[in-house]
Amino acid sequence: MQQSVSAHVSDHDHGHVDQDSLKILGFWIFLVTDCLLFGTLFATYAVLHTHTNGGFTGKEFDIPGFVIETFVLLVSSFTSGLAVLEMHKGNKKGLISWLIITLLLGATFVGLEIHEFVSMAAEGATISTSAFLTSFFTLVGTHGAHVTFGIFWMIGLIVQLAKKGITSDTKRKISIISLYWHFLDAVWIFIFTVVYLMGVM
Amino acid sequence: MSNHESNHGSVKAYVTGFVFSIILTIIPLVLVLNHMMAKTALMVSILIAAVLQFVIQLFFFMHIRDGEEPRYNVAALILGIVFVVTIVSGSIWIMSFNSQVQ
Repeated sequence: MQQSVSAHVSDHDHGHVDQDSLKILGFWIFLVTDCLLFGTLFATYAVLHTHTNGGFTGKEFDIPGFVIETFVLLVSSFTSGLAVLEMHKGNKKGLISWLIITLLLGATFVGLEIHEFVSMAAEGATISTSAFLTSFFTLVGTHGAHVTFGIFWMIGLIVQLAKKGITSDTKRKISIISLYWHFLDAVWIFIFTVVYLMGVM
Repeated sequence: MSNHESNHGSVKAYVTGFVFSIILTIIPLVLVLNHMMAKTALMVSILIAAVLQFVIQLFFFMHIRDGEEPRYNVAALILGIVFVVTIVSGSIWIMSFNSQVQ
C-alpha cells in the first residue's frame, strides 16, 4: 500500500514536471513564430531602406542614443538572468530585486526609444514621411511594443511572487518571462546591427 | 548538483555570456564609427558579430542545450531560422529586379 501511494505521488509529480516543460516548449514555439514576425519586418526594412524620399536617412540616427539603448537592454537581459539564478536559490527577495532592476532598465530603454521617436518626429521624420521611415518605425516600434508588454507582464509576476512566493507555478512563469526578455535582446542585436550600424555607415 | 547547475546556468555562465556580448557589441561599433573597412567587408563583419552574439545568448542566457531530449525547441528554432533567412534573403533578391520591371 505504502509503495503504491508513493508510486502514485511520484507519478503525479512527474506528470506535473512534464506539464511545465511542455508549457516552456510551447513558449519556445511562440518565440519562433515571433522570429517570423520580426523576419518579415526585417525583410521589409531591407527592401525599403533606400527609399528615403529625399528626407531623413540612416546617417542621421542619433549615435549616442542608440548605443545607450543597446547597452541598457543588454544589461537588463543580464539582470533578468541573475533573477532566475536567485529564483533557483529560493531567494525570493533577491529574485524580486533583480526583477525590479530589469524592469527599470526596460522602462529606461522604452523611455529612450520614445525620446528618439519624438525628436525624429519633431525634425519632420514621421512614419508617413518615406517608405524607409515607415519600415523603420514599424520594425523598431514593434520591438519597443514587445518590451513595453514585457514590463507590464513583469509587474504582474512581481505582484504574484509577492503574494504566493516561489512555487512551481511562479518558477515556470519566471523562466518563461526571462526567455522572452533574452529573446527581445537577441532581436535588438539585429536591429542594432542592420538598422542602426548599417544606417550610420 | 552538477545537473542542477547545467539546467539553470550559473553566475559564471551569465557573466561569460554578458562579457562576450559586450565585446561583440563594441567591436562592430568601433569598426563602423572609425570607418575601418571597405563597405562590403564591414557589413559582413558586423553581421558575423551579430550572429555570434545571438549564438552566445542562446547558449549562455537562454540555455538552449538544457531540457530533456529530444530537443523540440532546437528543432523549432532551426526551422524558424530557415524561414527567416528565406524571407529576408528572398525579399532582397526578388526586389533587386525592381528596376527592371518598372
